[in-house]
Parts: sequence; structure tokens; C-alpha cells
Amino acid sequence: MGQIALSRRTLVKTAIVGGAGLMLGIRLPSLARGAEAAADSLSNAFIKIDPSGTITLIMPHVEVGQGIYTAAAMLIAEELEVGLEQVQLQAAPPDLSKYTDPLLGDQATGGSTSVRADWMRLREAGAAARTMLIGAAAKQWKVDPATCKAEHGAVTHAASKRSLAYGALATAAATLPVPDKVPLKAPADFKLIGTSPKRLDTPAKVNGTAIYGIDAKLPGMKIGTLAICPVNGGKVASMNEAAARAIPGVRAVLKLADGSAVAVIGDHMWAAKQGLERLAVTWDGGPNAGVTTKSLVAAMDKASQTGKAIVGKKVGDAEAAVAGATTKLSAIYELPFLSHAPMEPVNCLLHIRPDGAEVWTGTQVPVRTQNAVAKVAGLKPETVVVNTLISGGAFGRRLDIDMIEIAAGFAKQVPYPVKMIWTREEDVQHDYYRPHYYDRISAGLDASGKLVGWTQRNTGSSVMARWAPGALENGLDTDAVEAAVGNTPYDVPAELSEYVQLEPDGVNTGWWRGVGPTHNLFVVESFVDELAHAAKQDPVAFRAAMLQKSPRALACLKLAAEKSGWGTPLPAGHGRGVEVQFAFGTYIASVCEVEVTPKGEVLPRRVVVAVDCGSVVNPDTVEAQIQGGTILGLGTALYNEITLSEGRVEQSNFHDYRTLRMNETPKIEVYQIRNTEEPGGIGETGTAAVAPALGNAIFAATGKRLRKLPFANQLQTA
Amino acid sequence: MFTLSINGQSHEVDVPQDMPLLWVLRDVLGMTGTKFGCGIAQCGACTVHLGGKPVRSCLLPVGVIGNQPIVTIEAIGDSPVGAKVQHAWLDKEVVQCGYCQSGQIMAATALLNENPKPTDADIDSAMSGNICRCGTYVRIRAAIHAAASA
Repeated sequence: MGQIALSRRTLVKTAIVGGAGLMLGIRLPSLARGAEAAADSLSNAFIKIDPSGTITLIMPHVEVGQGIYTAAAMLIAEELEVGLEQVQLQAAPPDLSKYTDPLLGDQATGGSTSVRADWMRLREAGAAARTMLIGAAAKQWKVDPATCKAEHGAVTHAASKRSLAYGALATAAATLPVPDKVPLKAPADFKLIGTSPKRLDTPAKVNGTAIYGIDAKLPGMKIGTLAICPVNGGKVASMNEAAARAIPGVRAVLKLADGSAVAVIGDHMWAAKQGLERLAVTWDGGPNAGVTTKSLVAAMDKASQTGKAIVGKKVGDAEAAVAGATTKLSAIYELPFLSHAPMEPVNCLLHIRPDGAEVWTGTQVPVRTQNAVAKVAGLKPETVVVNTLISGGAFGRRLDIDMIEIAAGFAKQVPYPVKMIWTREEDVQHDYYRPHYYDRISAGLDASGKLVGWTQRNTGSSVMARWAPGALENGLDTDAVEAAVGNTPYDVPAELSEYVQLEPDGVNTGWWRGVGPTHNLFVVESFVDELAHAAKQDPVAFRAAMLQKSPRALACLKLAAEKSGWGTPLPAGHGRGVEVQFAFGTYIASVCEVEVTPKGEVLPRRVVVAVDCGSVVNPDTVEAQIQGGTILGLGTALYNEITLSEGRVEQSNFHDYRTLRMNETPKIEVYQIRNTEEPGGIGETGTAAVAPALGNAIFAATGKRLRKLPFANQLQTA
Repeated sequence: MFTLSINGQSHEVDVPQDMPLLWVLRDVLGMTGTKFGCGIAQCGACTVHLGGKPVRSCLLPVGVIGNQPIVTIEAIGDSPVGAKVQHAWLDKEVVQCGYCQSGQIMAATALLNENPKPTDADIDSAMSGNICRCGTYVRIRAAIHAAASA
């Protein structure tokens, strides 16, 4: 455990700071023979080739829509020399020894790390298998391996016009030593990497045959739905079990041992839902029954002034620089709690038997899932089989295992398999929410308008302290200050970031798409805009002047400005806003154009994004992630907040926790700068970018600076 | 006991009359292509065709269906327009997580059945009831136009 803990500290730091790639990662035994594979097959952690010719690629990361199954398959296939139409994909089983994401220190999918984590190891796995297949052919033909070539799933010897398919070579190849070191292709020789082949997971998603967690079935399975105490920490006061059981099709009424939740199990969801309604549960809210958003914000305001602040980054004496500046600015920025609300509500199919268990679910953390079921059911982890299915969105929700633990708490009370499905209302009201943040930021400009120093003090919950306590650095949650002052692409002489941890009463917090950058880019990039205006400078020019030592960021800024027509006239009521970022190892600049109507409606019209994510596996996926991330980010920035009253979450479904809709979607243009730098992450970047660009555009359109999210209801006059 | 015509086949189901079609499809008949997203007709993930019109199956009690034919995502590709829509979805690489896409494809096919050459405004009007948290709208719009001209 010591080694993992040490690695995790370094590696999570790397992941969250985002700059470095896989090179710092631990070497995994990924080239060693796959333990569970049949003796006659060639295998390693990521590849199985059996004598019948079936080529199976094992996916170390989970598919939540981001396209990683296709990217991972491309990385392996590039070196294995197989066509994507020749392979089958299989989710990796829980196994930290093989599938730990070296940037996260866990078998997890998150933090936009997947391509960065897989960039080397999957290509190496492909190259090792290819080398062994060529070796087997050369041995059989008694020729020099250097005279053989692997192509499209076969090894050929041109001189003698001989060829053998991989399946025919698999058994012999498996007996050869695994090469220590394998040469990888030069980028100029890539056939697949850098192209946009069709995604491998989508054909099944357009005809209804794809199986998500919620679609899994087992013989004899029942369906359950649940109610969790609306106040976190409370428990059941009363319920009418007989009324629930009177509903036809209801099979069981269950309660968790601590009384925090109840479930009704039935032949189908309708029976379970009807039963739960008739159960008429009343709750004893407990100590958090008085919590309101107002009380939580008041506590954060106080902590931001008197709480223990941990330094995130310190360069020079920023406080003195601000104090001595010609022009001083300071502001408070605030971001709300957010629910994930993936389209597929949280669910888990479980069969717990006395001797073991089987789980079918979409999770971002298969090993945590295995351990959670084992712990709740009193089983050994190795007796818990986890089948990881694709997810109907996740956005970080499935990095937590509360839904697994709760499902196991119910499933262990019945002998049959049970699929627990949360209603949307339970999903929205019992999330692990993106923390509410309350941030103070200040800066000083000299007489020429140059930024001489700035400080940022963030206050809010630490997700890292709960989820990966080993990753804290001397108590600092690096995610809380990721992309904050001191961690931007800007060259500023004096910088200070600080973090005050304050855990909100009665609210669980978790990772949400874009994590630290989604939080801090809103604060920093909105405030940089304030500084530009205070300095009476153009917001693009003001940023460009501070990016002279960050050429990749500067190139993105110039491209976004050019493509957006920055500086060209717009109709009255329209405005453009810009932002720049370095996050997840990727540079982005974006420009948002907005219309604000006389009634104060905010209508995004166009978003232009310039992105440099280094080496690209699949450019079409990069574009799709930026488009989609932008849309999620726009809807969230305009509409979304989770608020509490009497300890209860006030929102419940898509009518009061809105998502951007087709008719509200602006034109989105994505421009990619291509190079051969280390790959950067992409899945979260668009979401992180758009809120500050939108806020700055609203300022340009109206002269009103909105320092609090969400925006939509703040300008409305009627 | 109800007799439902689904995808051209007759199914007898012994369920309460107030049971929404969504759960009959998913939990009784095992047809899981139609998705549960919200349960209150706010997201469109459960969209099926009833008598050729797009409806939200999460709020449609089986008792009111009678003999109107039901078509789901599992069979939408049997119709020329449905097949074109599916093809355009793959060609434009619309799909990310895919969970809402059954409903999106059902809504888009219904739109094109009614209006073979929809404008952007027609698309907005027909598709705004279907939400996508992955944010695939830009490509959905492109795919509908592509299917319309295929």
C-alpha cells in the first residue's frame, strides 16, 4: 500500500496539474501474459488473440460517451497492425495490477486522463504482441524476423510469398519470450492515429441494442427503486409497509440497516414505483434539517475571512504588490453546487449470494465497486465479479460508489438478483454535488495597466480529501486551486493562491466534469477580463501581453480571435467574450458571442474554440468533445444550481434542473492546432472554458459583470 | 390483459392499465432500447411512435393505447426514413454516450416523415423536447439535414 500511496501522491498531482504526461507514470506489468487467458492464446493485459483468430482488445478505461473505446482500440491496433473491423472490445475486469490509470493512481476513468494514460502503454502492448507474432512466423518459416512484415492481422514473408493470420500464430507466439523493449512507430508512419475512423461503440447505440447498466438482465431478476432520506443524515420515521405490499407485483419492502433509505422491489419498475408511493415514508431529518443555501454561504463567507488558509502557490509577495499598485481590484466570485444528472439515472444490478456476488453496472471505478460490494455484503473482494457496462453519461457521478453500496445494502437482503434504479428525482436530490465555491480574488495594476500581482483565496469543500486523501499535499487539495492564480499560462510577477477547506453541513460533494478548472477558470478568466477593462485595454490584447512566454496558449488566443472576428462590429445587445486556459495538459482559447435581449434573456449565438491538445488520436472525437462539453457548460452556466431549504435539495428533475436544448444551441466552431507534443486531455476542456467566455460576453453586451453562476435569471427584467 | 402491436408483432401483456408503456417495453417485454430518463416527459429519451406520431412512453398508460401501432428504436430501421436517419447518425458521428439517441432518432424520424425537408426552425421545433447531456445537438441538426437530402 505504501508504494501505491506514494505513487498516487505524485501521480494525482501530475494529473491534476495537468502539464506532464505519462512519462512520470509507474510502469505496469502490462506486457506480461494475461493470467486468465487460455494457454493456447497470445495475450497481455490489453490483447487476447486466440487460435480461432478472434482478436479481443481489453479496454482499461470505461466508455461514458467520450469515445475512449475507439481511441484505445486505435492505439493498440496501430502497433498490433490490425484493422479496427477485425477486433472485439471487452471492458477490463477490476485489477489494479494491470489497469491502474497511472495519472490517477486507481483503476478509474476521470480527469481527462485516459488518452494521456494509454498513449504509451497501449501502443507498447500492441507492439509487443506484434513482435511475438512475427517471431513465431519467422521461426516456423526459418527466416529472419526482420524480413517478415505484420499487416492487417497477418504476418507475411514477401520473398517466399507466405502469409499466416494472427490466429494461426497465436499459440506458438505465446511460447516466445515477451520482449523487454519494443520500438514504436514514428508519428509519420501512423496509419490510424491522427485519423477519424468511425467510432466502434455507436452502431449499437443507434438501433437499441447497446446494453447500458440500466438495461442489464439476469434470470429471476426483480426491479427495485428507492427513497433516500431527503435530509442527509436523517432516517425513516414511519412507513406503511402493508400499503406498499398491496400493490400487485410488489415483492419486498426493504430498509437499510441505518434507516437512511428504503426500497420497494417488484416484478417491474412500475410496481416498485407505485409501491414506493404507497409506502408514504416520513422522515426524521436529524441534525441537518435546518440547513439552507443561505446558511452554507454565510459559513463560507466567514471561513473565507477567518478560516485556516493553505497556500497553493506563492510567487513573490503578491499581497504587497497589490497593496502598492496604482489600481487595485478585488471581487468575490461564487459557483453553486451542481448535480451531474447523466441521462442514464444511477442504477446497479446485483446478485449477492452467500459465496459471492455478481455486479452489472456502468461505473468509472470498477475496483472500488468490487470492494464496496464485498464490504457491504461481507464477502471477499475476489468473490465479487464486476461486469462494467457502458454508461449513459457520467460527468464524474460514477466515480463515486454510493449507489453501489446502497444497492448492495438492499440486494443482500433478498436471494434473487435485483436491479436498483434511481428515479430522476432521487438522482438529482442525492448526488455527490460539485462543491459550492466562494472565492476572493484581488489584483493590482501599475500606471501602465500592467498586472503586477494577484491573489486568490478559494473556500469550499475538498473532494480530494474524501476521494483520494493520499493525494493531498501537506493538506493542500491541489484540485481546489487547479487553474487558479499561480497556475495559469500568464506571466505575472507576484502570485498567491490559497485554499480554505470548509465541508458543507448535509451535502456530499464529488467530482464534476472539468473539476478544478471548471471552477477556477470562471473566477480567473472573468477577473482577467475585469482587469483588462480597468486597464482600458482590449481583453485579447491584455491577455496576449501576458502570454509571451506561453507560445502555445498565445497561438490559440490569436487563432480564436481571428476566427471569431474579434473586434468587428456586432449588433446592439450583442457582445463577445474571450478566455484562455491551460488545463488537463491542453491549451484552449475561446470566444463566445452572446445576445442579451431588452428583457434580459441571455442567448448564446456563437462559440469559437481554438484547441492545442498536442498529439491527437482521433480529431473528430476532439471536435465532438469540445462541441458537447461547450453545450453542457453553457446550459450549466445559464441555468444550473442545486440549492437547499430545510436540509433538502430544492431541484428534482429536468424541469427545474435545466439542460440546454436544441433551439438554444449556438453555432460552435472548433479549430485544432496539430503538432506532435505529448497528448493532452480533452473531455472536460470545453465545459471548463465556456462559462467565463459567456460571462465576459454578457459584460461586453450589457456592461454588467456577473460574478455568480448561474447567469440566466440575473438579468431578467420581466 | 392488453394486446399491443409493437414493431408489427402482437404482444399480450398482463399488466395494470395505468402502467406506462415504457416499463412494459423494458421490464415486461425486455425491449430495452427505449430509455428511462426523467419519468415526467421532460427529456424525450423514452420516445416511441404511436400511430406514427412521437410520444413519450414514460407517461403513456398502456390502457389508452388500444390497437394503435407502436414502433420502437429496435425496428425504426425497417422503415426507409428510419434507416436513413440511423445512417446519417453514424455518418455524422452524432453519438457520444448514446443514451438519449434512441429518443432523438425516433423524434427525428417522425419529423422527416411529416416534413421531408425541414428547416433549422422546423428542427428546433421538433427536437427541442429531446435533451442530450453530452451536447450532441450540433451534429443532430447536421444529421437531420443529411438524412433529408439522402
